[in-house]
Amino acid sequence: MLLAFDWTQLAQQIVIGLASGGVWATLAVALVVIYRSTGVINFAQGEMAMFSTFIAWSLVHHGFSYWGAFFLTLAISFAGGVAIERAVIRPVERAPVLTVVIVTLGLFFVVNGAARWIWSPETRSLPNAFSTRPIDVAGVAFSISDLGTIAVSLGAVALLWVFFRFTKLGLASRAAAVNPEATRLVGVRVSWMLALGWGLAAAMGAVSGMLTAPALASFDQNLMQPILLYAFAGAVLGGIDSPLGAVIGSLLLGVLVNLLGTYVDWVGSELRLPVALAVILGVLLIRPAGLFGRPVEQRV
Amino acid sequence: MAEPLLELEDVTARYGPVTALHGISLRVDQGESVAVLGANGAGKTTTLRAVSGTVRRSGKIAFGGKSIARTAPEAVARAGIAHVPEGRGTLTELTVRENLRLGAYTRRDRKAVAGDERRVLSYFPQLAQRGSQRAGTLSGGEQQMLALARALMLRPRLLLLDEPSLGLAPLVVAEIFRIVRELNEREGLAVLVVEQNAVVALDATARAYVLEVGKVAVEGTSADLQRDEAVRRSYLGY
Repeated sequence: MLLAFDWTQLAQQIVIGLASGGVWATLAVALVVIYRSTGVINFAQGEMAMFSTFIAWSLVHHGFSYWGAFFLTLAISFAGGVAIERAVIRPVERAPVLTVVIVTLGLFFVVNGAARWIWSPETRSLPNAFSTRPIDVAGVAFSISDLGTIAVSLGAVALLWVFFRFTKLGLASRAAAVNPEATRLVGVRVSWMLALGWGLAAAMGAVSGMLTAPALASFDQNLMQPILLYAFAGAVLGGIDSPLGAVIGSLLLGVLVNLLGTYVDWVGSELRLPVALAVILGVLLIRPAGLFGRPVEQRV
Repeated sequence: MAEPLLELEDVTARYGPVTALHGISLRVDQGESVAVLGANGAGKTTTLRAVSGTVRRSGKIAFGGKSIARTAPEAVARAGIAHVPEGRGTLTELTVRENLRLGAYTRRDRKAVAGDERRVLSYFPQLAQRGSQRAGTLSGGEQQMLALARALMLRPRLLLLDEPSLGLAPLVVAEIFRIVRELNEREGLAVLVVEQNAVVALDATARAYVLEVGKVAVEGTSADLQRDEAVRRSYLGY
């Protein structure tokens, strides 16, 4: 039986898992960015990503190429994220965490409702972003689409990392997340740093939506709801306050869920989401800080 | 007489319904170092917060002849006032070097900033060796020094210091005040320092105000206040 094991299939399934994990990672990073600056899980993150995906669909429908629509949608989503923060989150900036959570829940329904109102409930599809041909790597056939998805999602995450790590504005937004009061005293407009975080998170979400949709035969306004749960599970697994953790957590989860679905008969494709939820529960019970999260250190 | 740099006239401030300052007037001249003393709750911290705009205030506050009574904290910093807040405002997750870079956030002169970083670190050799260490892992004294260094990177014309001695060993406190004094004497930096520890503060400053329940009770040169037995007993408690 061991001899009959299909290593080619294992390698293929790992790559497929990494592709879904990469898509979840972009949304998970969006969750982490907002969690670190605003202090809450943005429950509307998935719906915002869905809305972005519908914008991309409209652009494609009006004659844009996939990649033209992709980058234009990123810009629109960024502006939309900033606008949402200014309009909805800013008024509750100093409110208790629960208030902000409820606001993001409200945002979930508003964005979902708006998408249903603007775009009729027909089935839609986006063109493939990549060639559908397989590519041969060391004798194993992989899908170009999966490899491309991994590259684009990790590329987006890496760009975000470079921004936060190496630019002055990125430094100021990190500082604002750690200690807003002290950050104002060096002349940073902290309130705008929050808006910037929301804009970047919305753009990251747009990437995940636009990578999710083409892989489906058709999609509707519920497109991102399972993705949000997977992203949340990935972020919790890696540590909700750690961007790197969220990426690694999502990739691990993508591979885990896909391998379980492939090799464990009773998991199949129906029980993948419950596996993700079991991961959330398990991590919260055993290691609440996640794999890479750390409790805040402070000396007085 | 020297030019006034900072002038407060009949300034009041409150936290919600609680009034913390009942009409304070004080002055810091160009290049002068001034202490604000008083018991807990006398309004020392609030005085600094009124200047930097981190509390609701009213009354006249002028900096370099321009009113900053309605200016937001970000803009007060841009105008050249660096406020080292109570509890040091440590940015725990940022490295020492990132803290310094952040201090220069409002500046556009990149070359001068690099030079300032070396100059500022020369005052704090301990920090110079810890450029890539996260601020949260520094000792209390080092965090206070970092807060001071970060404030200097703004190239301020006025430094507001809130209880730099808080929770630190006497030797460290002495070292910090030595540096503050040096900055004042060598670089002509004006300093307004709030302190519970009157002995150290009077030693390091030229003039001082003693606050009592949100009002100025006594003012004078630091030397006079040090000699005045009555003031020492009733207000300074030593």
